[in-house]
Amino acid sequence: MELSPIWLTLKLAGITTLILLAICLPLAWWLSKGRSLIKIIIEAVITMPLVLPPSVLGFYLLLAFSPQHGVGKWLHDVFDIQFVFSFPGLVLASVIYSLPFMIGPVKSALQQLPPSLAQASYTLGKTERQTFMRVLLPNIKPSLFTAIVLTFAHTLGEFGVVLMIGGNIPNVTRVASIAVYDSVENMDYGTANAYSLILFCITFVMVMGVFIFNKAHAKSPLE
Amino acid sequence: MISINIEKKLRAYSGQQWLKVNREFATGSITKIYGPSGVGKTTFLKMIAGLVQPEKGIIKVDEVTWLDTSANITLSPQKRMAGFVFQNYALFPNMTVRQHLEYAIDDTQWINKLLTIGKLETLSTHKPDHLSGGQQQRLAILRALAIKPKLLLMDEPFSALDPKMKTALIVELKLLFAELKLTVLIVSHNPMELEGLCDGEMEVDTEG
Repeated sequence: MELSPIWLTLKLAGITTLILLAICLPLAWWLSKGRSLIKIIIEAVITMPLVLPPSVLGFYLLLAFSPQHGVGKWLHDVFDIQFVFSFPGLVLASVIYSLPFMIGPVKSALQQLPPSLAQASYTLGKTERQTFMRVLLPNIKPSLFTAIVLTFAHTLGEFGVVLMIGGNIPNVTRVASIAVYDSVENMDYGTANAYSLILFCITFVMVMGVFIFNKAHAKSPLE
Repeated sequence: MISINIEKKLRAYSGQQWLKVNREFATGSITKIYGPSGVGKTTFLKMIAGLVQPEKGIIKVDEVTWLDTSANITLSPQKRMAGFVFQNYALFPNMTVRQHLEYAIDDTQWINKLLTIGKLETLSTHKPDHLSGGQQQRLAILRALAIKPKLLLMDEPFSALDPKMKTALIVELKLLFAELKLTVLIVSHNPMELEGLCDGEMEVDTEG
């Protein structure tokens, strides 16, 4: 059994989680402050991957980034970047696909903090950024941890969207979930079982970790 | 001298009401603010601190304009730096007693003095979760004082203190207020609570 699909999966999940962390912290903070039509629209767009079949998302990404036309052609001609059937394409698709898993817990945790915490910090002369880093963020640690683990685990389990945009290229886009499917197609149940068991164990340990870490806060990762 | 002339629309149980305040407070004065529940006492303090925006009005502190809606001037809460004691204390659960004060100011001597006044020296490494209601309230007062503000706004600041602690703290605070030449506005429900501390009072009421 080749281990490269496992390593590729872990690499994809790790990079996706880091990118989403960088995007979602400021975005969740902005969304948590008040409501406006533009925020509602953005939230709806962010939530779409949660309800849309992954193959639909993958199909549109495939169209959008195809090097033959549109954005994909422009990226290919100007920057020589190709998202379709490449690892960067998998990362891009995973970032979009897992966005709601990172932003949801962080945003709702920020909304649950009493507004007076930030207000108290402002009256002490602290900027919004200082307030976010020193007061708000440290007080949503359990939810932040939940968001990171859920995002990582969800990316591990991606199938439809990565198959559509990445295909099944060994060492490039062939992640573990696709390797399972491929092995079953080839009637190689032993290899399929090995990949499946590894994925099962990794995700089980991670979800257990969230439960143990958040036990003091009596919060399940699905809350 | 602090001069305030503001109007704020409040959504109340009985419909819309206007909170109107036109009043001056002398520098160094300590004023008790009272009025029925839900009349907008907390909103009044928050408008002064810059946390709530009134519909129209002017706030001037020592000739500096904090707010002038007709001239589109609104100083941020960060620039106003009014000490604020929140009714729910608004303590930071991630910080110890000492860290609360260190977050507000970088002055060890001053922090130690405040801890002594609030009788929290021995609890300086405790987080708010491990403090009693009275200790939390004292920390909220100390944190507001830590920035050495010119104006201190206190929303029910002594409600969780036992009478003995309250009397002792009020004596200390009165000295500190004088030392810092602080102008203080204190919202209180209990008419007896602030005896001997305040030198003026103001009733807040709304117009339908």
